[in-house]
Amino acid sequence: MLAFNFVSSPGAGKTSLLVRAVSELKQSHPVAVIEGDQQTSNDAERIRATGVPAIQINTGKGCHLDAAMVGEAYGRLPPLRGGLLFIENVGNLVCPAAFDLGEACKIVVFSTTEGEDKPLKYPDMFAASSLMLINKIDLAPVLDFDLAQTIEYARRVNPKIEVLTISAKTGEGFSAFYAWIRKQADRVKASAMGAVQG
Amino acid sequence: MHEMALCEGIVEIVEAEARKGAFSKVKTVWLEIGALSHVAPEALRFCFEAVTAHTIARGAALEIIEQKGTAWCLGCSGSVEISRRYDACPECGSHQLQVTGGEDMRVKELEVE
Repeated sequence: MLAFNFVSSPGAGKTSLLVRAVSELKQSHPVAVIEGDQQTSNDAERIRATGVPAIQINTGKGCHLDAAMVGEAYGRLPPLRGGLLFIENVGNLVCPAAFDLGEACKIVVFSTTEGEDKPLKYPDMFAASSLMLINKIDLAPVLDFDLAQTIEYARRVNPKIEVLTISAKTGEGFSAFYAWIRKQADRVKASAMGAVQG
Repeated sequence: MHEMALCEGIVEIVEAEARKGAFSKVKTVWLEIGALSHVAPEALRFCFEAVTAHTIARGAALEIIEQKGTAWCLGCSGSVEISRRYDACPECGSHQLQVTGGEDMRVKELEVE
């Protein structure tokens, strides 16, 4: 099972992105989602409407998910052997950076409406993430959004961060995102084989 | 952030050490805090007294050793000091930096009796 931890500010489009991704990926992989929000089960309900199992965690007073919460939620999901687990963290660009949830890596979702300098204002999150998905790219023409500047700022903080542009609304860029997920799955499989052989 | 919870973690470490080392009083706790860690030293000092009040570390002094952030610069092929995540290399101005130190918080030493 391969787990990804999706982090972003509130409103960057994590849930919309996941609704599209799980609807398409469920054809080829067992998929499940763990949703974290301070309150409501709105997000888990949106995922379940696609037919994919989802568990909602309400952190109440808390501002991030921790590994114990995710472990408990994971135990309530159907078996995911060889599948994909998407964890949607609480919308917050600060402390979720510091908490490992057992994921293969963090994916930071940044949207074109947020301002190019978010990676400099919240550097820990961009330093902790392996991939930056730039969402709402369909809005870029009306926002004077500077893509090159955003990527340059992100790479000041994390020279190794990979970047893909997507639109959860139109589906633009999702095939490249799925290819990236397949590459991670192959990498994990190869290192597991190496560990067995080694 | 979360310095209250971090202080509770420090107390757990001290209590575990007390069981191993059979001591009953802690006079000083030395903590190393990296410049690139998620810990704010001032907030930690503020929480420390409250969190330790009814524990073995009650009344202990907190000594914080602030550690500089360090990174390997690919351009210079050398180790440099940085104080923030988005700093450029102070030698060549490049951002091709791999952080190598200053990301941690560690209980370094305890003075006990």
